[in-house]
Amino acid sequence: MIGRRGIIGGLLGGFLAGCTKVAQSGPGASLLSAVEGWNQDLHRVLTKRTALAREFSPADISPVFRGNGTTDPATPAYETHLANGFADWRLAIDGLVARPMVLSLAQLKALPQRTQITRHDCVEGWSAIGQWSGVPLGALLHAAGLRPEAKFIVFHCADILAGTQYYESIDLIDALHPQTIVAHSLNGALLPVKNGAPLRMRIERQLGYKQAKYVERIEAVASLADIAGGKGGYWEDRSGYQWYAGI
Amino acid sequence: MTDPTPPKNRTRHALGTRLWHWLNALAIGLLFFSGLNISNAHPQLYWGQWGFDPATAWLRLPHFPAWMTIPGYYSLAEARLWHFLAAWPFAIGLLLFLVALPFTRHGRQFRLRKPELSIAAIRDDIGHHLKLHFDPPPGKSFNLLQKYLYIAVLFIGLPLMVLTGLTLSPGIDATFPWLLDVFGGRQSARSIHFVIAWGLFGFFVLHILAVLLSGPIGQVRDMITGGRAEGATP
Repeated sequence: MIGRRGIIGGLLGGFLAGCTKVAQSGPGASLLSAVEGWNQDLHRVLTKRTALAREFSPADISPVFRGNGTTDPATPAYETHLANGFADWRLAIDGLVARPMVLSLAQLKALPQRTQITRHDCVEGWSAIGQWSGVPLGALLHAAGLRPEAKFIVFHCADILAGTQYYESIDLIDALHPQTIVAHSLNGALLPVKNGAPLRMRIERQLGYKQAKYVERIEAVASLADIAGGKGGYWEDRSGYQWYAGI
Repeated sequence: MTDPTPPKNRTRHALGTRLWHWLNALAIGLLFFSGLNISNAHPQLYWGQWGFDPATAWLRLPHFPAWMTIPGYYSLAEARLWHFLAAWPFAIGLLLFLVALPFTRHGRQFRLRKPELSIAAIRDDIGHHLKLHFDPPPGKSFNLLQKYLYIAVLFIGLPLMVLTGLTLSPGIDATFPWLLDVFGGRQSARSIHFVIAWGLFGFFVLHILAVLLSGPIGQVRDMITGGRAEGATP
């Protein structure tokens, strides 16, 4: 029996170690990265562009909403904004748009709003439910006049993680989705610092790392290749997380 | 075989069965061990729509050492790619199996007959197993416990793994919101996904044990070459 157990253990150990080696080989790595495309294509084929994420009732809201990633940008500039209630915070909308805009929080709140109670799913596996209020990104992009060559929307953030400025990006299907909002409030109050004050994204059909916090600039681009590490987001560049985070 | 005229040279395991068996062995192995890496990212299980606080978890899982995981170091990003890579052939293979089932001999073999539902029959078969008698009754492909176990794995365990796995995807939840109602929420689905994964690991252990105790060389050979069915011309 020891001999058999040894054989089975050896086969298993070899299998596990082999997988690590395969991932480091050229063909193995490209097969693995192709999977992300299959997942995205399947989702785009199966799902209507406007299919909504489940909206919950107020009774479903989590008692607290966990903050993750940066929970306080703590830069001098951010501290100053926080001290005066973000009165001087500006959101720029620029890049491939006909009419670049710079908006204050008061201007954003004067626009038509959307409120939704949705579930936030971290890539790690946990979920929290919160009520978000803000301005649909589609309305802002419409007002700014998206140019035809724009393919992606990039969110530039005020927080710096491990020396690098956080950013994220999505395609136009998610950018123009009715539940994609630039949120200023959580559960009826202004956003807490740990959840992205004063502005954060809600992209409800994707995972948590796409939900950029402390957003100060929204840029329309034709390609993600020239931005930071070129993979379309902070975690994508740093650790190889999938750009399409709908799964 | 219950066929009145067993064809000559009929194999013990059909080609489709063998292909699917080995494809599944690989895919489920990749899914399980990349799953352990994913489990390490947040080794707590919750019930309901949401859950994030380890203090409210119904189960805390151990941290799995790197040598047990795919890849062999902590990387949630890479483990997810392995998991999704294996999920495709696993889900497609299962779908093809379920669609083809009524047209294959397995369609009959997995049907439970009335006498097989009796406590006495189950008790008898437990007795046989305890005496290490694994040969199926004459004319049958499986003995009773084996049949129950295969039915549970093939028609409950594996399909639930696909469905609960899909429920973890926020994109799929928007496409098929009923999945959230079926499982009572994303965190419940995650719990079920993990529990069944360990159930399948238990099946794997029993399965290997049964193969070892019933002539492993012949068993593995037949699962590769097909072997020869009872009643087929030698």
